[in-house]
Amino acid sequence: MERILKILEDNARLPLEDIAAMADKTPQEVAAAIDEYAKAGVIKGYKTLIDWDKTDETRVRAIIELKVSPKKDRGFDEIASTIALFPEVDSVMLMSGGYDLGLIMTGASFQEIALFVALRLSPLDDVLSTATHFVLRTYKRDGVMYADESKDERGYNFL
Amino acid sequence: MDYSKILAGKAKQIKPSGIRKFFDLAGTMEGCISLGVGEPDFKTPWMVRDAGIKSLERGKTWYTSNAGLAEMRREAANYLARRFDLHYDPETEMLVTVGGSEAIDLALRAVLEPGDEVIIPEPCYVSYAPLTQLVGGVAVPLPLKAENGFRLTAQELREKITPRTKIVVLPFPCNPTGAVMRERHLAEIANVLQDTDILVMTDEIYAELTYGPRRHVSIASMPGMKERTVYINGFSKAYAMTGWRLGYVCAPQPLMQVMTKIHQYAIMCAPTTSQYAGIVALRDGDEAIEGMRDEYDMRRKFLTSNLNRMGLTCFEPEGAFYVFPSIQKTGLSSEEFCEKLLMAKKVAVVPGTAFGASGEGFVRISYSYSVAHLSEALGRIEEFLKELSHE
Repeated sequence: MERILKILEDNARLPLEDIAAMADKTPQEVAAAIDEYAKAGVIKGYKTLIDWDKTDETRVRAIIELKVSPKKDRGFDEIASTIALFPEVDSVMLMSGGYDLGLIMTGASFQEIALFVALRLSPLDDVLSTATHFVLRTYKRDGVMYADESKDERGYNFL
Repeated sequence: MDYSKILAGKAKQIKPSGIRKFFDLAGTMEGCISLGVGEPDFKTPWMVRDAGIKSLERGKTWYTSNAGLAEMRREAANYLARRFDLHYDPETEMLVTVGGSEAIDLALRAVLEPGDEVIIPEPCYVSYAPLTQLVGGVAVPLPLKAENGFRLTAQELREKITPRTKIVVLPFPCNPTGAVMRERHLAEIANVLQDTDILVMTDEIYAELTYGPRRHVSIASMPGMKERTVYINGFSKAYAMTGWRLGYVCAPQPLMQVMTKIHQYAIMCAPTTSQYAGIVALRDGDEAIEGMRDEYDMRRKFLTSNLNRMGLTCFEPEGAFYVFPSIQKTGLSSEEFCEKLLMAKKVAVVPGTAFGASGEGFVRISYSYSVAHLSEALGRIEEFLKELSHE
C-alpha cells in the first residue's frame, strides 16, 4: 500500500487507472486506499509546486528561528500550536540544536514578514527571541529543482 | 587520396545504421520527446561517484594490471556468487573490460576463425553481428517469435546449428524486447548444447533488471554449462554507470588467457577511476539497485497498461527497461510508424527492425524516463493513433 503513497507523493495528478497499474491494484482498490489514508490523516492534502519567481507575483519566504520557554506540562506543544494558528505561517517545526522552533512563512514583502515577526510573534509571552532569515533564491524545493533545471544530457545513442 | 582503397573491406561491409540520420534529426528537433535512449536516467549512486572522486584525489591515476584491479575482480566474484550463484576464480577466470561491449568483442575475436558461424537470436542488441563480421565470422540470425514471448526455444536453436556453429549468443534479459529466459527455458537450451563444442556467449548486462518475484538465472550456473560459457556483465545498466565504461567477462581459463592477451594489446586496462568506483558499487550497491529496479518496475507497468489500452499490444516485458509493442494494427512498417510519429508529434521511438528483421511490426520504447515524461509522450502517441485511424 505504501507504493500508492510513493506514487502520489511524486505526482498527485496521475489518474487512478495509472496508479492502479503501477501498484498492481484495481482502480477501486486504489480509490479505497486513498480514502483510508485521508481519513487516517496520512494524506494531508494535495498541493502544486509553483515557482513564484517566474510569475509577476512577488512572494517572499523566510525561515524564522524561535527560542521559546517550554511549559511545565505541555513542553513546546502549547506555544507551537498557538503559532501554527497564524495563517501567515506555512510550517512550524520543533528543532534540535541552537533554537527551539523553526518556522517557514510566506509574505508579500520583506517588510510584511518583518512586521509580522515584530508585532505578532515577538510579543508572545513564551517567545524569548527570534532570528529571521529571508530566502533569496530557491534552488530546490520538495525534491524538485527550481534553478538549473536538469536537462537530459544523455547522448542520442538509441541502442 | 583514394580512401576506398585504404579502408578495410570487412569494415566497409558493415552496414551503417539506416536510422542514424533519422535519430540525428530527432536530436536537433525542438520540443522532441525521446523514448529512444538505451541508458538509465538515474545518476550513478553517490557513494560510487564518491569512490571515483576519492581515487582521483589520492592520485590513483596509473594503469591497473591488464586483468583489472585484484580487489575489483574479487568483489565481482563475491557479487556473482551472492546474486546469481555463479562461482568464478578472480585470479584466472575474470577480466575487467571497457564496458560489456569490449567483452563481446574480445570473446568473438578470441574464438572465431573465418567462416565460423555465430547464432544470434534477434531482435537483439546490435553489436553482435557487425563484430562477428569484422573477424570474418558469419552471423546467423535466429528470428525469435512474439508468440514465444521472444524467448529462444530449443527447437529454434537446433534448427540453426550446423557443423560450423561456434558460438550461440544469449542476449537475455533482452534489449529491445524485455524478454527473459527463466530457469526452465535455459535448461532446454543447455540440454541442446551439452556434449557439443559450441560456446555460449551470454550477455547479462540487464541481469539486475528482472522484474517479478523470480530472480534472474544465468545459464552459466546450470550443470555442465560453466565450461562452455562466456559470461558478460557490467555496470552500465544495474548501477547507472554507462559513462564510466566498465564491465567484466568470466570464462574458463584457456579462453580467458587469450581474451586477456587481446585486451592487453588493444586496451591495456579498463579505466582506473571507474574500477575504484566499481569496487564500491559491487560491495555496497545492492540497495541502490533495488531502488532503481522498483522505480523501473512501476514505469514498466504504467507503460504496458497504457499502450495496451491504446491498442498497441505488448506482451509483458520481464526484464531490461524497454517495452516492445506491436504496431501492426496501424498497417505501417516499423520505420514508417517511427518516422510519422516523429514528424507528426515529435516523439522518438526506435523501429523494431533496428534490432533485426524479425523486429518488423514492433517498436522499442524505453522507460528510462520519468513518469511525467512518459505520460506526456503517451498522450502524443494516443493523439497520433487517433489521427492515423481517421486518415
